[in-house]
Amino acid sequence: MSPAAPLVEARGVTRVLAGAVPVTLVADIDLAIGRGELTAITGPSGSGKSSLLYLLGLLDLPTTGEVLIDGRETSAMAENERAEFRLATLGFVFQFHFLLPEFSACDNIMIPMRRLGRLDAAARRERAESILASLGLAEHGHKRPDQLSGGQRQRVAVARALANDPPLILADEPTGSLDSQSSEQVFDILKTLVERDGRTVVAVTHDLDLADRMHRRIHLVDGRITEDRPAGGRASPGPTISPAGRRGAGPPADAADQRLP
Amino acid sequence: MRLLLAIALTHIAGRGRQTIVSILGVALGVGFSIAMAALMVGSQRDFTETLIDAVPHVRITDETRTTPRQPASEAFAAVAYSGLRPVPDPRGILNPTRVLAGLRSWVDGSMVATLQVEAVVRFAGIDMGVALMGVEPLDELRVSTIAGDMTTGRFEDLIGAGFAVIIGERLAERLGAGINDLLTITVAGGNARQFKVTGLFRTGSVQQDERVVYTTLKRAQVLANRPEAINEIRIRLADIDSAPLVAARAEAMLGIKSVSWQESSEDLLNAFEIRNVIMFTVVGAILLVAGFGIFNIVSIITHEKARDIAILKSIGFPPADIRGIFLFEGLVMGGSGALLGCLLGFGLTEVLGSIAFEFRRNTELTHLPVVYEAAHYVMASALAMLAAGIAGYLPARSAARLNPVDIIRGAT
Ligand SMILES: Nc1ncnc2c1ncn2[C@@H]1O[C@H](COP(=O)(O)OP(=O)(O)OP(=O)(O)O)[C@@H](O)[C@H]1O
Ligand SMILES: [Mg+2]
Repeated sequence: MSPAAPLVEARGVTRVLAGAVPVTLVADIDLAIGRGELTAITGPSGSGKSSLLYLLGLLDLPTTGEVLIDGRETSAMAENERAEFRLATLGFVFQFHFLLPEFSACDNIMIPMRRLGRLDAAARRERAESILASLGLAEHGHKRPDQLSGGQRQRVAVARALANDPPLILADEPTGSLDSQSSEQVFDILKTLVERDGRTVVAVTHDLDLADRMHRRIHLVDGRITEDRPAGGRASPGPTISPAGRRGAGPPADAADQRLP
Repeated sequence: MRLLLAIALTHIAGRGRQTIVSILGVALGVGFSIAMAALMVGSQRDFTETLIDAVPHVRITDETRTTPRQPASEAFAAVAYSGLRPVPDPRGILNPTRVLAGLRSWVDGSMVATLQVEAVVRFAGIDMGVALMGVEPLDELRVSTIAGDMTTGRFEDLIGAGFAVIIGERLAERLGAGINDLLTITVAGGNARQFKVTGLFRTGSVQQDERVVYTTLKRAQVLANRPEAINEIRIRLADIDSAPLVAARAEAMLGIKSVSWQESSEDLLNAFEIRNVIMFTVVGAILLVAGFGIFNIVSIITHEKARDIAILKSIGFPPADIRGIFLFEGLVMGGSGALLGCLLGFGLTEVLGSIAFEFRRNTELTHLPVVYEAAHYVMASALAMLAAGIAGYLPARSAARLNPVDIIRGAT
């Protein structure tokens, strides 16, 4: 597929950590992610997946190259502008839930809304509760993070990412610390966000089965993209049975998957 | 803004005990500063009032500030003379009636003309050197506080009592004399006469109680053999702050030394200045220490809450918001500390003000002089808030600079 108007675009992005021994986190990343895509980033540990996600999410700045969101160059933005941009346009989900421990689930979700200030108090609460309900957490809004299970926390984190209705969700191993059932739940939520709401989701994952059920899979090795190909999950709500031998580095045999109706 | 405050409050609540300690630190600093200022300013005011009451606001004496030029210096341009007999100075304020009338025409206050001479009092074979003060009793009462210091008799008893004196209790004790006893008073170059003791006073100042002897101006002039002479005018002014001006004008007019109370108590007033500097240094130091307490706790919180900072930043909170949160924390602690400190300061002042001292028998109790001044409370609170603001701002600034990615990488 050729994204006509990519939502996120990386052009020759390289990130080098300065130091006595400079560390290259990612190098020469050229990437365009279109609207409504569900993209998986995979790769061995230490290959730079998280680093790439931080760059795409404007949490980190490339050493060279440019990240564009909605066609806008982001490197020239002032810090405040970038923060404002993150607030309204991006939702981040971290591997570890990263909720504020002193606030209830509901309050955690309302924090980005309060900062953005588009909704009044009543509307904020209503929206927070409806997001929680849509993620199956209707009864847990009043609980603090330490009173929730790992899977519930992760769903609250997704809910918080959705608070300001951002078009782009970036998730760093959202299922990494969950059992298979909870992973499945979170994955389904991400899929719904794309297929029902038309959002764009980029998710880092170690789980190759999950990756193959997304629309597209980008494979990183040593900070470089070694593979960028369609995966089997496009518009097929049912479970996709992955053929054996998928874990190899070579191009998959089922390139036709993406053209399924 | 309310969101930032809410976040700041959860941070503080999570560090309850340390927060209370640093709030108490500020409260103690503010409280003690207020109590100290109340006592310092109170005692200074009390002291000045007593002082101003006790000394004449302006004292005109028959001295000059420089030694008078001898006629020889006018005639010859010589550096030194020998064998010269200086022209004797008759001393005394010449033409007292005209001088007093002149002063009364423009000075807003009361004045008393005095002839003060060195004299020797003899009673029962004991000699004591004293300063004999010849005054108009009614004028003296208007200028000094002697009326309140009388322990036996009244000051007005001098009027029409002939050769009568009023002496200090200490002098009476030293001489072994009492009321109605006859003292022999001798003035150098004058006569000796017998005076009857008609009253006793006690001012509390040994110097006065042992050395000052009051009689009427007339009797003093007769005794000293200097009719019509006076050598000191003491003035009590309606407005004590005008004393330097009055003194300067009188000196210019009369050509003799006129000293305001400010000039005569310069050393004391300077001592008060120094005392105030010391006080402000101590207050500043206390609040600085309190500021360190706040700095410490806010720094700890920024380290502890590094992950929260990263979360908020990744959500899209700008650095200014992060700074705001920790600045709030400092200010909340400073503010509650200041509030508590004001209460504490008020309480301490109350307690200090109620402490009673008994210096002498048969006198009423003396309390520590304290003042209640809003300015002290405002100033101490403002200083505490400033210290707290700085103490919160420094860690807040470094927290705002944190790179969220560094923290997230470290945490996962
Ligand atoms: N602060 C740092 N100093 C030095 N090297 C670093 C630093 N942060 C990350 N790296 C290196 O950068 C590389 C990429 O890290 P990154 O976290 O992006 O990997 P990842 O693909 O997300 O790994 P994982 O799957 O384990 O999360 C790794 O080799 C890591 O060792
Ligand atoms: Mg990672």
